[in-house]
Amino acid sequence: MSERQYMRVRADMPPGHVRTPAYLRGKVGWVERTLGPFPNPEQLAYGMQAMPLPLMRVRFTMADIWGADADRPRDTIDAEIYRHWLEPAEAPHAT
Amino acid sequence: MPHDHHDHLSPSGHPYRPDDDHPLTYWQQMEIAVRELLIEKGVTTAQEIAAQIDTMDARNPSHGAAVVARAWTDPDFRDDLLQDASAATREMGFDIGPMRLIALENTDTEHNVVVCTLCSCYPRNLLGLPPDWYKSRAYRARTVKEPRKVLAEFGVTLPDTTTVRVHDSTADMRYVVIPARPAGTEGWHADDLATLVTRDSMIGTGLPKSPDIA
Amino acid sequence: MTKNTTFDGRRWHDMGGTAAGPVPTDQHDFSLWEKRVDALMIIASGKGHFTVDGLRRVLEDMSEDAFETMTYYERWIASVNQNLIEAGVYTTAELGQRMSDVAARGTTYGEAASE
Repeated sequence: MSERQYMRVRADMPPGHVRTPAYLRGKVGWVERTLGPFPNPEQLAYGMQAMPLPLMRVRFTMADIWGADADRPRDTIDAEIYRHWLEPAEAPHAT
Repeated sequence: MPHDHHDHLSPSGHPYRPDDDHPLTYWQQMEIAVRELLIEKGVTTAQEIAAQIDTMDARNPSHGAAVVARAWTDPDFRDDLLQDASAATREMGFDIGPMRLIALENTDTEHNVVVCTLCSCYPRNLLGLPPDWYKSRAYRARTVKEPRKVLAEFGVTLPDTTTVRVHDSTADMRYVVIPARPAGTEGWHADDLATLVTRDSMIGTGLPKSPDIA
Repeated sequence: MTKNTTFDGRRWHDMGGTAAGPVPTDQHDFSLWEKRVDALMIIASGKGHFTVDGLRRVLEDMSEDAFETMTYYERWIASVNQNLIEAGVYTTAELGQRMSDVAARGTTYGEAASE
């Protein structure tokens, strides 16, 4: 298995049309696969010319999203996040 | 000419809801006005609207069931489906339009379930329009936090040895689950296997029907 | 009404992980007018007059109250209309006049939909 590429979702909370769910902001996951490029929905939504962006399927563990509230820590969530919402990160926990 | 659908059954096998004789609502008034303006402005035609309704009515879970059954019986097709589900379903002859599809395979150790927390993204061009519960606050809110409790409400209880993988359909991809093939179906033909594949099993909130009760 | 001084920027439609009750099991058959709204969205967006992102933007800009009190396709036609006006396909005045004309045809959907 190739090395995991970890990414942190930006924790920003701007108003307007955004496709990055709030519950994932600030959380760290790893890239499951890279898709796209796809036009930026934050521009498409307002009828503007949209910049093509890589779209990453990022996989998070329930533990890394919900902490002690996690139902089953090892279950996972995958979500598609546009590249400009992601920053390279360290693995979230020592394993 | 008065519309009269009472002699016809909808694709779901029920009589059409007799909406024509309900009091007109503000939003229905708007739909009629918008539709007429779009026709007058040359954006569309009455025929094109009717054809689009027919196209959507024709899309239903049996299409997905045929895809799943073929994946169960044709290893090369399964590989193609996991590689590029849009291309594989088109190759089977299904008109999925521009939809970008990813197939998620359930195994002995992994169970996939699909949700859209931000709106109601759904593989409608393969499975038809989503069920009402898929668009509900409860499903959208809870599935990413307590998927096993949500699955239990649908009658699906998974062992601890199974990893649940929730897929939040946030952007450009749509998802269809390939449920695990039920035991006791060895040697079955794809057409018969397809009768076991339910809509919910392709969302991940259900399992295929058992061959004993099908 | 109390002032919400604890607002953190999370918008009402962004529901993942929030508390909610049991998943409802009710299901309805789509009526003709709902199917027409769906078709208008697919056709008008397919022809480039607006995008699904524009549809979502207007739905999100509607209040949480709209989510609770309007049906799915009621919210959709409101958003489709808003996007078409923004795109200049027709004007608000044209819509207003046509809606009045529609209402004058009768008191049921069937009567109002027949010119």
